[in-house]
Amino acid sequence: MSTQVTRLVDYDDAVRRFDPVIGIEVHVELGTRTKMFDAAPTEFGAEPNTQVTPVSLGLPGTLPVLNRTAVEHAIRIGLALNCEIAETCRFARKNYFYPDVPKNFQTSQYDEPIAHDGWVDVELEDGTTVRVEIERAHMEEDAGKNTHVGGATGRIHGAEYSLVDYNRAGIPLVEIVTRPITGAGERAPEVARAYVQTLRDLFRALGVSEARMERGNVRADVNVSLRPSPEAPLGTRTETKNVNSFRSVERAVRYEISRQAAVLDAGDRVVQETRHWHEDTGITTSGRVKSDAEDYRYFPEPDLLPVAPSRAWVEEIRATLPELPAVRRRRLQAEWGFADAEMRDVVNAGAVELIEATVAAGAAPAAARKWWMGELARTAKTDGVELAAMPVTPAQVAELQGLVDAGRINDKLARQVLAGVLAGEGSPEQVLVARGLEVVSDDGALLTAIDEALAAQPDVVAKVKAGNLGPVGAIIGAVMKATRGQADAGRVRELVVERIEQS
Amino acid sequence: MSSLSRDEVARLAGLARIDLTETEIDRLAGELDVIVESVARVSEIATPDVPATSHPLPLTNVFRDDVPAEPLPVDDALAAAPAAEGGRFAVPQILEED
Amino acid sequence: MPGRHAAGPSSELTRLSAAELAEALRAGRVTSVEVTQAHLDRIAAVDGAVHAFLHVSAQDALATARDVDARRAAGEELHPLAGVPVAVKDVVVTKGMPTTAGSRILEGWVPPYDATLVERLRAARMPILGKTNMDEFAMGSSTEHSAYGTTHNPWDLERIPGGSGGGSAAAVAAFEAPLAIGTDTGGSIRQPGAVTGTVGVKPTYGGVSRYGLVALASSLDQAGPVTRTVLDSALLHEVIGGHDPRDSTSLTDALPDLVGAARRGATGDLTGVRVGIVDELNGEGYSDGVRARFDESVALLREAGAEVVHVSCPHFGYALAAYYLILPSEASSNLAKFDGMRFGLRVEPEDGPVTAERVMAATRGAGFGDEVKRRIILGTYALSAGYYDAYYGSAQKVRTLIQQDFAAAFEQADVLVSPTAPTTAFRLGEKLDDPLAMYLNDIATIPANLAGVPGMSVPNGLSDDGLPVGFQILAPARADDRLYRVGAALEALLESGWGHPLLAEAPELPTTVTVPTTEESIR
Repeated sequence: MSTQVTRLVDYDDAVRRFDPVIGIEVHVELGTRTKMFDAAPTEFGAEPNTQVTPVSLGLPGTLPVLNRTAVEHAIRIGLALNCEIAETCRFARKNYFYPDVPKNFQTSQYDEPIAHDGWVDVELEDGTTVRVEIERAHMEEDAGKNTHVGGATGRIHGAEYSLVDYNRAGIPLVEIVTRPITGAGERAPEVARAYVQTLRDLFRALGVSEARMERGNVRADVNVSLRPSPEAPLGTRTETKNVNSFRSVERAVRYEISRQAAVLDAGDRVVQETRHWHEDTGITTSGRVKSDAEDYRYFPEPDLLPVAPSRAWVEEIRATLPELPAVRRRRLQAEWGFADAEMRDVVNAGAVELIEATVAAGAAPAAARKWWMGELARTAKTDGVELAAMPVTPAQVAELQGLVDAGRINDKLARQVLAGVLAGEGSPEQVLVARGLEVVSDDGALLTAIDEALAAQPDVVAKVKAGNLGPVGAIIGAVMKATRGQADAGRVRELVVERIEQS
Repeated sequence: MSSLSRDEVARLAGLARIDLTETEIDRLAGELDVIVESVARVSEIATPDVPATSHPLPLTNVFRDDVPAEPLPVDDALAAAPAAEGGRFAVPQILEED
Repeated sequence: MPGRHAAGPSSELTRLSAAELAEALRAGRVTSVEVTQAHLDRIAAVDGAVHAFLHVSAQDALATARDVDARRAAGEELHPLAGVPVAVKDVVVTKGMPTTAGSRILEGWVPPYDATLVERLRAARMPILGKTNMDEFAMGSSTEHSAYGTTHNPWDLERIPGGSGGGSAAAVAAFEAPLAIGTDTGGSIRQPGAVTGTVGVKPTYGGVSRYGLVALASSLDQAGPVTRTVLDSALLHEVIGGHDPRDSTSLTDALPDLVGAARRGATGDLTGVRVGIVDELNGEGYSDGVRARFDESVALLREAGAEVVHVSCPHFGYALAAYYLILPSEASSNLAKFDGMRFGLRVEPEDGPVTAERVMAATRGAGFGDEVKRRIILGTYALSAGYYDAYYGSAQKVRTLIQQDFAAAFEQADVLVSPTAPTTAFRLGEKLDDPLAMYLNDIATIPANLAGVPGMSVPNGLSDDGLPVGFQILAPARADDRLYRVGAALEALLESGWGHPLLAEAPELPTTVTVPTTEESIR
């Protein structure tokens, strides 16, 4: 890494004077049971080199055979991104030597992607929709993993080496490439993040991948360039590789805009290069420049045949496409009767599925939203965890609301019950019983408390009988206090009035 | 066609990751120059209207069902490795980044 | 086995064809152990001079033979070739048996899996005698490019046995094995067949699985039989052929009835068969002796009732050029995996830092021979940016034109014929320093690989120099049976003229007793 300090221009200043253009390449690992060209299993987290066959190791004599499910998934992704599905397409070999690439070539679609020319609408946090154009989506295979061993700097040569695990080698990938995204202006980092997030949601909805960012199922390369104005030709771009979280995507774009602006301000030229993202420091650094790096000597993979998806097959796949996230969100908003701002908050909080499941378990949409966006969201924020990771299920939230609806607890008690559930004390019913929080609905117990209260404030009865209902509240308050809030205030009111009338 | 220079042979050897001695480079440059000149004849009849053929027989859509096979036992996978450690292939330090 | 010599009953067993051995085994006149041991003894006696084998798997072969004998004794239904031994070219991957492809870079590699065709040999319970010598990675026409010493032609030990599969052809010609497996990318089965007086068949592309063949050029490679008779080739072809789901380019069609076609052809009747002489594969560059034998064979076919016509394949003149672009290009990529990281040789650079990149380059520099380096560099050039269209792209177009030539020719003829190789076996070392002259040996065999059509070489006599000559038959894709019908007819007609098989005229080989027949490499 360079020790030289990189100059940056203040972000707001940079985007005032330059028009950023971004482009994003997203790789998604498909959740197939076997590899792209090989029947080796794909279990995540297995012991090193236990998910390999002679084919995955690229042993002499081995040959690839294409995974039909992987092709189906690729078509599914293409259709969901409104792409054309190629009538015929091929694989090519991308030749380069690297120890984690067992054959020393990657089998990939080069000039003939399976899907091309599509678009996807991306919704920003404030509800603005940006349409991102998709240039292509193509199939390829993943590489193995290197682990660097030994040697800090200064050690003798040969003291350092690498260990290679080929479990990941050959896992099916689909790479999705956008056209240059223009016109985002100062919101470019936000658009980049929302785009990757949109794809992640899409992959999950399509069932093509678990799309877990922390496992590297979804990886993004972000291209950034600056130009003096939207009318100017595109500037020289940099490609920052392996930016693997939503937040990092946003930060990396932002950083590159500030950095490139400083380069341009100094009268220098932006170097077209690969850059590396450093999660810890939040900066990008220049990748090593390789001689001949671009001469990959692509040629059609002779061991594989062209893929020519029949239109009937494509339509069959299209018919099985699930409702896509954006459409689903619109439908749910209508069904639930949420205002735009409410729905946006729900989406941004990642609570759509949670509320949907809570409603499915019997709660009213408004109540479900109240719990997830209120008490639970606050607790999650305090604890610093994702909402979905809170130790309470949608079914439990629905059960909790059911107790309120049945009048067995009031809102205040319900929060205590919820606290018990979050503390692992059991279901709402169990917490309620164990903590003895049930509303006092036994009229006898209430009447005792009311009589005591009336006896303590004898003037109240006379006032009420004289037609002044105001002081009833004081009695109710006293009863509630006496029952430590566990009484149903409505019932107490009825009984108080009844009691006074009878007296 | 342009002739194959020594520098070009050295560049190609780098791309192909083959160490060549100076003698080998000299000899290959001479030999390949003759061969390239001879094979360059293909362009005489490869007119734009002729489609390219990459497979001898025109097959398409050969797929495999997504059903896992038994993986290699890890000991077999590593049996031929020049060096291995902890179930992984041990390779010299990797300087170039992909 | 000190004291044992080449004469006696066991040597007679090695003179039998595979079909004859199969019948003797079936009838119980001989055991597989006897047959297998006879061949191991023959290897021990003559391979010191021929050097057809890189590895002899005596124990493995005898274990299979004993198993076959036990099963036969128990009355089990067995494959017709069960117990008949076979030799396998060292480019074919064999589980638990060294596989080097003739290269230093794979020295000592013992694969953890079997090629599909080896699985099929094992399923038929055919004892595998060992692995045969070859030009390194099947690049060559003389077997002189093997990293483990050259193989000698049994007809004249000073001459080349052809290549790349010189080991398989020489093993069969020297009666070390009744059957062998070869691979043919541009003629590596047929040209060695021609110069050693043996039968060799390159099946239709996709007819025999490529899974487990160390790939040279993926779109050209095809494995096939190497035998002494046409019928034996048909028998072996039926064992190894047929669909394999592990090879995407494998044909799903059922194999035609090859053995039936060979038996039918052996009657010598070719009435109604149209035979096309390819004008571009005859004439200039072909030796007088080769042309004379070719003309005589064509006359025999005509006498047998065939209708002989002349066909023109105007683009065949460009086949060699296209081939020497396509092959090196694909090979440069296929051979990239030999880098010292996962298997095989690893060589550290003599000086400087030991990095993965430098170890790869040092390993490949030390592990590959001259011809392999030459072709990898050529292929790297042909695929590199800026040259692709002129070289690789153009070569793929020539391929289309050659396919069109074949299609037109097969409108006029059921099979096409030509000499297999332009000359008889040349002397060892004669063309080693002239790659282009070496490449010309494959001029007649290459078009079939480019188009994926099947081809056969049948021995059709001796040239003036007393060395064997081959007759090539080509058929349309998937019509391999036509090769067997015409080839068997020609063989029957020729042998009835000679009064014996051609190989009966081969000289006796010097025998040695120093080569062990135990389980070890004899390179």
